[in-house]
Amino acid sequence: MYPLRPLAVAGIVASLALLLGACSPSARLDTAAAVKPDRDRKPAPDFTLKDADGRPVRLSDYRGKVVLLDFWATWCEPCAMEIPWFMDLERRDKDHGFAVLGVSMDDEGWDAVKPFVSRLGVNYRVLMGNDQTAQLYGGVDALPTTFLIDREGRIAAVHVGLADRRDFDDGVERLLQAPAPAGAGRATVAALAGSPN
Amino acid sequence: MQAGFHVNSNTPAEDYLIPLALTWTATGALQPGQVIYPAPKMEKYEFADKPLSVLTGQFDLTANFKVAANAPAGSGIATGKLRYQACNSRACFPPKTIDIAIPYQIQ
Repeated sequence: MYPLRPLAVAGIVASLALLLGACSPSARLDTAAAVKPDRDRKPAPDFTLKDADGRPVRLSDYRGKVVLLDFWATWCEPCAMEIPWFMDLERRDKDHGFAVLGVSMDDEGWDAVKPFVSRLGVNYRVLMGNDQTAQLYGGVDALPTTFLIDREGRIAAVHVGLADRRDFDDGVERLLQAPAPAGAGRATVAALAGSPN
Repeated sequence: MQAGFHVNSNTPAEDYLIPLALTWTATGALQPGQVIYPAPKMEKYEFADKPLSVLTGQFDLTANFKVAANAPAGSGIATGKLRYQACNSRACFPPKTIDIAIPYQIQ
């Protein structure tokens, strides 16, 4: 039906050259693994995102707690490697003023995220992220990107890309040892009434 | 690919990974045929328990077309989209879709 006729085609090579360029801006991975001293910490931007049940969750609801805020996606293998570490931290420290918040950056939304989270048995709160929230945190071009937030709602550490598990363990422990800010406990109890965390 | 980066092949090892995919949106007088993807490499990374099916370095995708015997001579452009998702050894980057335009000449 379609006998061959002479045909000149060009273009595939050009398309792959675009691949090269597309990766290069994101090649600059920068990690500030250590917990910053108090004076260098900046407020973690507040946001409201929905959890798997459609309930709105505000970061500021967690004021008074140490929060591990993890931007991740189902298609990100390094993210999947860190998730069990965060589950262990949640188990270890959830009763000591600590919470993990996972912010999914999946374009496909809960259809992709719910089965994934269920398969891994994630025991912490997962929220559906969006570009606006990512922009508040510097764009979050590379995943995973994880922020440790102190009890006063300030960013104490940033990990871009797969980090060393000990950095999270030690960072959370160190932040939990810091005294809770005056008044934060009362506000937190009220704000977290009804929260699973 | 830039050194140190990889993209998933068109047949990634896990169903939640995003495959390399070339699709056509308009091919004019051409009838698209099979797209031949490069043979993947199975590479082990620190962040994964099992080797991943990936492409690295320089590689080619071959797109086959047919043209009808009575197709008029002349030029055209086949357009499509290439979707990919890249990672390096420590982090992954959001999937991207880029436009492809392939000029052709029927003689």
